[in-house]
Amino acid sequence: MARPTASAPARTALIEAEHVSKSFPSADGPVLHVLDDVSVTLHEGEVVALLGKSGSGKSTLLRTLAGLIAPSDGEVRYRGMPLDGANPGAAMVFQSFALMPWLTVQDNVELGLRAAGVPEKQRRERALDAIDQIGLDGFETAYPRELSGGMRQRVGFARALVLQPDVLLMDEPFSALDVLTSENLRGELISLWAQPDFPTKCICIVTHDIEEAVLLADRVLVLGSGPGHIKAEVPILLPRPRDRRSPTFDQAVDRLYAILTGRDERSDAERAATPGPLTHPLPDASVGGLAGLIEIVYSHGGQADLPDLADELSFHVDDLLPLVDAARMLRLLEVEGAQAFLTDVGRDWYTADILRSKEVFATLAVEHAPLVATIIKALHNSDGGALRDDFFRDLLHRGFSAEDTEKQLDIAIAWGRYGELFDYDANTGELVLSEVAAALTALLMDGDTGVGS
Amino acid sequence: MALPRPFAGQDAPLRSRGHLGADMIVLAGVAVIFWLLIQLSHGITEPFDQVLAPSTVSTDPANLPYYAARSLLRMFAALAVSTLFAFVYATAAARLRRAEKVLLPTLDVLQSVPVLGFLSITLSVWLLLFPGTALGVECAAVFAIFTSQVWNMTFAFYQSLITQPRDLDEAARVLRLTKWQRFWKLDVPGGTIPLVWNGMMSFGGGWFFLIASEVISVNNRVYALPGIGSYVAAASQNKQIGRLLLAIAVMIVLVIGVNFVFWRPLTAWAERFRSGDTVTVEQQRSIVLDLLRRSVIPAIITRALRPVAACLERATRPLGRADRPLRINHARRRAGDIAFTVIVCGLIAFGLVRMLAYLGEHTGLDQFAVAAGLGLVTFARVLVLLILGTLIWVPVGVWIGLSPKVTRFAQPIVQVLASFPANFLFPFVTLLLIQTGISLNIGGILLMALGAQWYILFNVIAGAAAIPNDLREAAINLRLNRVQTWRYLYGPAIFASWVTGGITAAGGAWNASIVAEVVSYGDQTLTATGLGAYIAGSTADGDFARTLVGVTVMSIFVVGLNRLFWRRLYGYAERRLSLT
Repeated sequence: MARPTASAPARTALIEAEHVSKSFPSADGPVLHVLDDVSVTLHEGEVVALLGKSGSGKSTLLRTLAGLIAPSDGEVRYRGMPLDGANPGAAMVFQSFALMPWLTVQDNVELGLRAAGVPEKQRRERALDAIDQIGLDGFETAYPRELSGGMRQRVGFARALVLQPDVLLMDEPFSALDVLTSENLRGELISLWAQPDFPTKCICIVTHDIEEAVLLADRVLVLGSGPGHIKAEVPILLPRPRDRRSPTFDQAVDRLYAILTGRDERSDAERAATPGPLTHPLPDASVGGLAGLIEIVYSHGGQADLPDLADELSFHVDDLLPLVDAARMLRLLEVEGAQAFLTDVGRDWYTADILRSKEVFATLAVEHAPLVATIIKALHNSDGGALRDDFFRDLLHRGFSAEDTEKQLDIAIAWGRYGELFDYDANTGELVLSEVAAALTALLMDGDTGVGS
Repeated sequence: MALPRPFAGQDAPLRSRGHLGADMIVLAGVAVIFWLLIQLSHGITEPFDQVLAPSTVSTDPANLPYYAARSLLRMFAALAVSTLFAFVYATAAARLRRAEKVLLPTLDVLQSVPVLGFLSITLSVWLLLFPGTALGVECAAVFAIFTSQVWNMTFAFYQSLITQPRDLDEAARVLRLTKWQRFWKLDVPGGTIPLVWNGMMSFGGGWFFLIASEVISVNNRVYALPGIGSYVAAASQNKQIGRLLLAIAVMIVLVIGVNFVFWRPLTAWAERFRSGDTVTVEQQRSIVLDLLRRSVIPAIITRALRPVAACLERATRPLGRADRPLRINHARRRAGDIAFTVIVCGLIAFGLVRMLAYLGEHTGLDQFAVAAGLGLVTFARVLVLLILGTLIWVPVGVWIGLSPKVTRFAQPIVQVLASFPANFLFPFVTLLLIQTGISLNIGGILLMALGAQWYILFNVIAGAAAIPNDLREAAINLRLNRVQTWRYLYGPAIFASWVTGGITAAGGAWNASIVAEVVSYGDQTLTATGLGAYIAGSTADGDFARTLVGVTVMSIFVVGLNRLFWRRLYGYAERRLSLT
């Protein structure tokens, strides 16, 4: 532990979120649950990482802690005071930097002080100090667009730290940067945190990068999706500075990987009796991407360690996981802990010629991808085997935001088109059943892959 | 682009050697502007008598510079008021949940209403507000220009407010900016580029209304303000072709001059507010801006104003932070919503009933049918104009847009043509019609087209210039013939731009019909059948009720066509024919 306070028995709670739920009303009626009964306490002297796949509501959670979003249920307190507006004790660092493009570095850093009503002279001095501290001297009069991504995020850090906030909230601060730059900046953050006179008492970082979480955090909260909830809390007790190559580090990463990809008792998907398009959304994966993943696993002898794989491809989990999820959904892969195994069907799909592999994919999609199955079934039951996409849009609206609805529909159409299950005319928005699908439907009607009702 | 100035603190004025020339020119420029303002303000506050007020102005060419300056002052006064109005209205529409429900539809309709019809109605109000000075009529003229510019600018600013990047909004809230700080550090900078560009376009359109508003006839009385527009009217009445040509020359100088010393530097300066990494290939350049940047005077002025800004920042602190409360009392909010809706609907219903009653009393509601019939006639003119304009200017625009060399050369000319007030040319066309005996019913199309057609050309050029080079190369490589190239590349690629140009051209044509369907040269007056002539006639007679009917019907035509026709086309273009 870098800071002695972290292990002290009675730690001061800075921000407390109690039984926070968040749902967004969607366009036509039904609400969209993003967070479900989440309780988090940020204590003095600790670094907390919120780790989760995309769609787990981790950014939403961070924004409720920052007082930017009101929870639908539950309460967020800062030093015991319920929030009603932006959290007065927190500063935030954004994934996209969120710098005012028309202000110089100096003016950007001064902005928060200006808001606090700090007199000009003092404001200038403090800003220059912060700029110095974060390694930006010489760039005071530059505009953000003249800077590289890494330098811009330094400005983002300076702007937050100059306010000497109790809590520093970070929303995937390094994910828009290249690998070397983010490693460098992460290191500087760690050394700042290690300074005894560092005014900020707590850091909370949202990330989808497991190694980043292990590198930085004293405590990792793993978020599960559908709706977002805390799946596990994992203390990281490794001594600092932490070494990525040490076996204990690897152990922690593997453990988090297993939790992240593992079964989830609390998500809707696991609770639902039969998988349907609303409880089992299609992972955001293209057929080409799937084929690539299977090819790699195949070339690894049909078995691969996922963290290694991600590392090898310099992928973030966020990029790899949808592919893995899709492969699992279609039974191309089986995953145990952090190990992925190629299934027989997967091998069959990969090694077959193009026509045969399309057939295999079509069968798998109809059997295991709930939305594809629903579309095929509905088309089959319609007159002439054709339906407007709006029909499915309405169906999906019951469980997804407008954006996600489009995404789901796009994925289903891409999969269906690849498997030559149906045709889609973008001009008329009409889905038309193909001959392949007609034969497959018989198979469907026997099985019980129903609409998620 | 000027390099970022080194962080210099106090010694900036001391480094002024070498910038001396620039400083002198800037100082002289500032002094001249002040002198002009003082000179011009004398004329405005002159005593004024409604009965003795001149109905025409002298056409002595020696007066022309003074007149031009007066007209220019009106334009800039209107621009200043428009900007202020845009700030307030757009901010209210974007930030106040309930106000938005009323303000937005209002804005939407007012954007496409023929403002010329309102002139006479507002004049009497302004005369009442400023009795005894020319300021009343002056205000009415400025107001006319204002109403022609403001909606576009307001809408542009509103758009920029509601499409603000979410992360910047969150940053502003997390940094706990005050409302005032947020407005000046985020809202205004973020909206500067659309505001400046729309301001420039609207300013160009404003000349048209300036000319129309300097000679206002209402209640059988004619008021003429000293200005370049009234000069043209007088010259036309006196059949002085030479002086008309002179006025046109002065007008061209004005348009180009304002572009050079005002809009060009402003648009170039506004580039600093572009967000993101997008560096435009073609940097906006301006000699005037370079001069200002080389001079230290702007820096000195900025420094002098800094305490004022700091003071305002402190003074506005009690307005509170730019944040939204997290806890909302839903029951109370809903009750408020209901009350608000009831009151607004009640007021609208009440107003509607009273208006219909008034119209029924004064002209009879059957006038709506008359106006609608005439509206169809004017609509036919607009349609012909659009078709002809498309047939002529789309090929020309594509030819210009596809060749960067021609574009560079032609774009400024088209820009001047688009902002040159077409009504300056009306006397010549009228003369031609009188000489050839062609009916204004047909000639009116030409008059309306004089101003409106350029929007089609302008937009098509922009659309054609944006066609990616690789697509053109692909078309050549595939050996598409001319017809096929138009069918599969040029047509789809410029469609969205054509729609934008078409909406603007149609709106402009409707508006122009009010001045184009009744024209006169010397003592001869030509009148066409149409809604524009109906409005112009009722205004001249001081028949307020019929003016109202005419303007209402025209608004319904314009808004209805926008909704039913243009928006659908635009939606289709966005969905199917987007290049990105």
